[in-house]
Amino acid sequence: MPPIAPSTAPLTLRLNGRERTFLVEPQVTLLDLIRERAGLPGTKKGCDRGQCGACTVLVNGRRVLSCLALAWPHAGDDVVTIEGLAQNGAPHPVQAAFVEHDALQCGYCTPGQIMSAVGALREGRATDDDAIREAMSGNICRCGAYVNIVAAVRAAREAGA
Amino acid sequence: MRPFEYVVAGSPADARALLREVPGARYYAGGTTLVDLMKAEVERPPRVVDISRLPLAAVELRADRVRIGALARNSDVADDPTVGQHFPALAQALRSGASGQLRNAATVGGNLQQRTRCPYFRETRWRCNKREPGSGCDALEGFNRGHAILGTSEHCIATAPGDMAVALVALDAEVVIEGEGGERRVPITEFYLLPGASPERETALAHGELIVAVELRFAAVNERSRYLKLRDRASYEFALVSVAAGLAIEHGAIRTARLALGGVGTVPWRARDAEDVLLNVAPDEDAYVRAAEVALDGAVTRPQNAFKVELAQRAIVRALRGVAEGGA
Repeated sequence: MPPIAPSTAPLTLRLNGRERTFLVEPQVTLLDLIRERAGLPGTKKGCDRGQCGACTVLVNGRRVLSCLALAWPHAGDDVVTIEGLAQNGAPHPVQAAFVEHDALQCGYCTPGQIMSAVGALREGRATDDDAIREAMSGNICRCGAYVNIVAAVRAAREAGA
Repeated sequence: MRPFEYVVAGSPADARALLREVPGARYYAGGTTLVDLMKAEVERPPRVVDISRLPLAAVELRADRVRIGALARNSDVADDPTVGQHFPALAQALRSGASGQLRNAATVGGNLQQRTRCPYFRETRWRCNKREPGSGCDALEGFNRGHAILGTSEHCIATAPGDMAVALVALDAEVVIEGEGGERRVPITEFYLLPGASPERETALAHGELIVAVELRFAAVNERSRYLKLRDRASYEFALVSVAAGLAIEHGAIRTARLALGGVGTVPWRARDAEDVLLNVAPDEDAYVRAAEVALDGAVTRPQNAFKVELAQRAIVRALRGVAEGGA
């Protein structure tokens, strides 16, 4: 059968604490919705195939890859991106720990690293350095800042993040 | 990604009807495999049926079993206390798979139908009998270090991916499938089909059916089970070889043995002949070595993946030793 023409309809979800409505075709990923439609470019498109973790966001409080999710199934969900982490102008403790521990070089993977760390800490998985490495293994850093990333996540955990 | 029609199912019956209407339509649960393969145009569904909101995500205790809803997330199943206590191999397998982000999205039902990582399947310019029946197989003479050595055919040597299914095969899980006539239960060892001459047919699921749950029965052998995974990296990598093993030991002899292998089969591989070797003998190194040899009988290797025979045998011995000594 011939391909069915894409339909458009309004899609509403909660993005960084605000209800937002978008007109998007079915094939738009959550990542493209965030970057292109909502104009929030902090979430990065690295591989776009679920291998690098740069697109990590929180959906209903849990870290997921926004590149491997269609936008439409997330209607009504609560999505938090790197732009939504700071509270009252103060960086999130994980953001502060990444700055403090110089846990980045080029910075491209950093939003995904931080969102993943926030999720991993909530999951209670980052209990020691080996557990941090395991919990963060879905986030690739091509600059190789891993040593400082582990230190930052450890510090954020000790700070109660 | 090609255009497609997106519809939301209101119930399992609705989902099946929406799928059945369109040949090639696909369910959408966690999206992790489907979206990836749609971007590669390996999957080209004209319709996507969103089942992600259906009430099928619970992990429920029944009298003699646990029923895991098809939409339960991998991370939730891994963290479920009943699963951890009674089916440790399953919890370990789930935790060893993918990454934290993927485990939060991937569902049990979707994971059961995860597609192979064979690079010739995943890239549409190569020949692949699984993707395009009758087109040929470029893996046979290609880069096949990761390919299967058990259950292969001259048409396909693609390795069954993933960890969860290997544990479920060892634990004698049943796949609960809803169809026209109601629910049917398929032993997971019969759920997966060997490639033979039709590698495009991977499971016993018919178009328009829906996996609603996986069920596991409580048993001593399941309680004393574990999952061992060997791979090129310490984390976030598919298995070269994995072993799910369970032993029930009484009065110094093995009374029940369960052994399944990942990374080496065209389907999650149950090694029944090796289990028989272990029955009513003492749990010792000799028995493990004999079982390991029998488990790899009939392996068909290629120069690049021949190393998997010895690797699998050593992994089996190590896993059985771990089960017997560790007790968990």
